[in-house]
Amino acid sequence: MSGLEDAGIAGVFEHPTRWAPDKTQFQIHAESARGALDDAGLSIRDVDGLLSSGLSPIGLMYLAEHLNLHPRFHDSTNIGGSSFVAQVLHAAAAIAVGLCEVALITYGSKASSDRFAVGTGGLSGGDPADQFEAPFGPTVMNSYAMVAQRHMHEFGTTPEQLAEVAVTMRRHAHRNPLAKFRDPITVDDVLASRVVSSPLHLLDCCLITDGGGAVVVASKERLRDTRNPPIGILGGSEALRHTALGKRDLTEIAAAQSGPAAMKMAGVGCADIDMCMIYDSFTITVLATLENLGFCARGEGGAFVGDGRIGLGGELPINTDGGGLSSNHPGMRGIFLVIEAVRQLRGECGGRQVEDCEVALCHGTGGMLGLRHSGATLILGRS
Amino acid sequence: MSNPSRPGGPLPRIDEESKGFWEACERGELYVQQCGDCELLRHYPRALCPDCLSSRITWKRCSGSGTVYTFTVVYQNQAPGFRGRVPYVLAYVELAEGLRMLTNIVGCAADSVRIGMAVEVHFEDVGHGVSLPMFAPLGSVADSKGA
Repeated sequence: MSGLEDAGIAGVFEHPTRWAPDKTQFQIHAESARGALDDAGLSIRDVDGLLSSGLSPIGLMYLAEHLNLHPRFHDSTNIGGSSFVAQVLHAAAAIAVGLCEVALITYGSKASSDRFAVGTGGLSGGDPADQFEAPFGPTVMNSYAMVAQRHMHEFGTTPEQLAEVAVTMRRHAHRNPLAKFRDPITVDDVLASRVVSSPLHLLDCCLITDGGGAVVVASKERLRDTRNPPIGILGGSEALRHTALGKRDLTEIAAAQSGPAAMKMAGVGCADIDMCMIYDSFTITVLATLENLGFCARGEGGAFVGDGRIGLGGELPINTDGGGLSSNHPGMRGIFLVIEAVRQLRGECGGRQVEDCEVALCHGTGGMLGLRHSGATLILGRS
Repeated sequence: MSNPSRPGGPLPRIDEESKGFWEACERGELYVQQCGDCELLRHYPRALCPDCLSSRITWKRCSGSGTVYTFTVVYQNQAPGFRGRVPYVLAYVELAEGLRMLTNIVGCAADSVRIGMAVEVHFEDVGHGVSLPMFAPLGSVADSKGA
């Protein structure tokens, strides 16, 4: 027993906005909180744990103030876009030891309307390694592109195989009324789009949108009164990868550590997973993540994503909402991985529902894949 | 030798742990740190060996040669100093000493760079007493100090 069975996911909400120049960031947090609490059938007064990320350095206090909350458990972990996946785990652990009973995780961002260059701006300054990197002009995207280049060199992965990921996500987005881009695309469309950072094209990249969402994690006792069936947190784990003194193998990513650990805790294997929500910042992220989680061997990701395997109706449907590549990406997408997995497990996904979905895996990747990044894996199940 | 001008680009924020590295670059020499006790090589430099936590630092001079471990040709970077510089090549070079270093490949057409390509260090003087260790195809560096 992991102890995580003392908690479960009570409610989720994906903010429908993709473009919100008329809202503030905290308003998106608050509207998302309202949505998730309503989904859970709980009140804002029930909340005694607050978790968020992507805020200013002590922004969690300002967020608590904005929501007039007086929580007894707080967490503003920032390990990039995977933070919210990790925070579901943190919330469950806090509940398991009695630090709180109802934990609210919120996210809000105006990356698009604030014209923030999420992937192709310079990297922030101040950390010791920056002086050995920033002068050479790395961007977030470059760090993923260098992994893709190495993957193609070592394993013969092709641009067409990477493009297949983007094409599949767009096919899924077509069935999601909230998705930003819903018109089908082809492999040729991806290859014909401009190269932004070789070997990655524009359509190998996630979108930049506004958006937000919220997740409510609650104790077993509080889950008795919730509006929707609670979703179990079966296991989870986190990992970091960095330059490792100049010795890192770039095709080995954090998922290689967090994935097997999470599955071990949950008592499941890859064959038990009915669908995956994989952080798709770029097409290469999906390939590398599937390999490192163990769904296929290292180097076989290119072949794995073909033949409809990762599409709806396939062996392992991935990102049924259309992912960051087609639905939304406000900068830190982890929370949407959890939200869609919960909706799939509850059977609420209508035209994009995965049949008999009982166990889902979420894997968030945060940061710069080829420089330093985080991985957070979460296994969720019908409880 | 291409010498991309980089007005407004970020300069390294040199600190107490790193100044030995940058002072060597300014002399046209490439060094990596080595633990004075367990002999572990490390890049970037830092005051304590992260393996044995020893504070004894030695520096190992590198040959300056290496191979391209991976790279990307960058066509878009909105950051100051790079907007006007695209396309440029960002790469990890694997030094002959075995460590990988983030750098730029210069002195050749961006589309001619390949993984495994033999390269050698080329120090680019960017002013303010700073020379950046970039890499160029082996044999193309005439003057190691900002040709």
